[in-house]
Amino acid sequence: MDSPKAMAAHYNDTVVRQFSIMAVVWGVVGMLVGVIIAAQLAWPELNFGIPWLSYGRLRPLHTNAVIFAFGGCALFATSYYVVQRTCQAPLFAGPLAAFTFWGWQVVIVAAAISLPLGYTSGKEYAELEWPIDILITLVWVSYAIVFFGTIGKRKIKHIYVANWFFGGFILAVALLHVVNSAAIPAGFMKSYSAYAGVQDAMVQWWYGHNAVGFFLTAGFLGMMYYFIPKQAGRPVYSYRLSIVHFWALIFTYMWAGPHHLHYTALPDWTQSVGMVFSLILLAPSWGGMINGIMTLSGAWHKLRDDPILRFLIVSLSFYGMSTFEGPMMSIKTVNALSHYTDWTVGHVHSGALGWVGLITMGSLYYLVPRLFGREKMYSVKAIELHFWLATIGIVLYIAAMWIAGVMQGLMWRAVNPDGTLTYTFVESVKATYPFYMIRVAGGLLYLGGMVLMAWNVWMTAISGRSVKVAIPAVKPAHA
Amino acid sequence: MDILYLLIPLSVVLVLLVLGGLWWAVYSGQFESVEQEGERILRDG
Repeated sequence: MDSPKAMAAHYNDTVVRQFSIMAVVWGVVGMLVGVIIAAQLAWPELNFGIPWLSYGRLRPLHTNAVIFAFGGCALFATSYYVVQRTCQAPLFAGPLAAFTFWGWQVVIVAAAISLPLGYTSGKEYAELEWPIDILITLVWVSYAIVFFGTIGKRKIKHIYVANWFFGGFILAVALLHVVNSAAIPAGFMKSYSAYAGVQDAMVQWWYGHNAVGFFLTAGFLGMMYYFIPKQAGRPVYSYRLSIVHFWALIFTYMWAGPHHLHYTALPDWTQSVGMVFSLILLAPSWGGMINGIMTLSGAWHKLRDDPILRFLIVSLSFYGMSTFEGPMMSIKTVNALSHYTDWTVGHVHSGALGWVGLITMGSLYYLVPRLFGREKMYSVKAIELHFWLATIGIVLYIAAMWIAGVMQGLMWRAVNPDGTLTYTFVESVKATYPFYMIRVAGGLLYLGGMVLMAWNVWMTAISGRSVKVAIPAVKPAHA
Repeated sequence: MDILYLLIPLSVVLVLLVLGGLWWAVYSGQFESVEQEGERILRDG
């Protein structure tokens, strides 16, 4: 163990650096497209009559960019960082790790080109056509090999809980992608889904909800379980709870998909399964949230002065909110009001901007200085300002969408005494207009915060230098 | 609902794999003395 024969190997942080920088870049791009499409909903003239700028084509560009480009690069960066540090081993198959970086960037660029050109499979969060789907599979299999290979070479027997979340996320996404993207090619960028009708809907929303559960939740919980303890300087509040949290979460999430299909042609019993498991899901989700927040027990004062910690803890508050709201919206009677309204959009963005966005930003603010040999970001004040821009932006966004959504649901179901509908659809569109404007404002604030982060990351990177971090010799087990 | 002929067996296989993972974790000692594991990450870089 203490023999110096093992040359002081270094962690492979090159790929971590690459993914971290690109996460910030794609964050700005994805959120900018988001603001553009939000503006188009308020002012349709902004479609300019140009097909490549039309809302219908830009919307999937936005979702793919924020989920897979921004979120994806952040997950790659943090999982590669965390797995190495917790295993005290460099990444397995370094060249394969490099391939995952370049391959993933090619996927993103291919999406950025093909989606505005109108090539789409029409499946939400799975719009990319089959050649890109194949590349995604190759990158993902490589990712799994690198990640699990690194765990296989770990010097410490115990696998830290964050790695269970990352591992579960990687395996689940592989399964979801392969099953949902099954299609018969009918041309270079054209294919037909292997499934049809309500069966395709079921597969699609099994995929869609698990994309949320494993990509946007389990993966980022892995981030949370490492970076909150590190930033707070305290261990996870209850390590036992984190283990239970993991197993309960991954088991329950798989069954929640049907809540996207309430009151559709999907069989009633399937809808009920989705509803029940979505309600059960509230328990493990809140277990995780409490575990993360209570990690600050005995160190709450740090929130006063540390904006990075604020990002991380507030992200958990939004996580708790969204994982309460979600089960509520999965109840059929509630869903009868909320489905197809902007309440769903509000819910998505409370999770996306509040949980995913803020935990990513906090984690990257921890990570970036260390990747460039520095202790802190170039400007801590800018982190503080970013936090407030982001939080106010989120609140404006979701409040606007809640009000709009409930209003839409109520207007659509209002009937006159003689049984006719009270409102025409277009009247509900007109009534939504002010809320679309407020949403643009919220989104602009959030984007502004992201641009500020990009500036801060840039200044940190150029004022530091890429460092090679030696892997510590394995210490004998402490008592 | 023919898709269920695919989804249910697939889900059962998945559950078995997950249970297999849990079995491995328990028997390879992953859950022994977890109290220190939370602290361990604070000691490394």
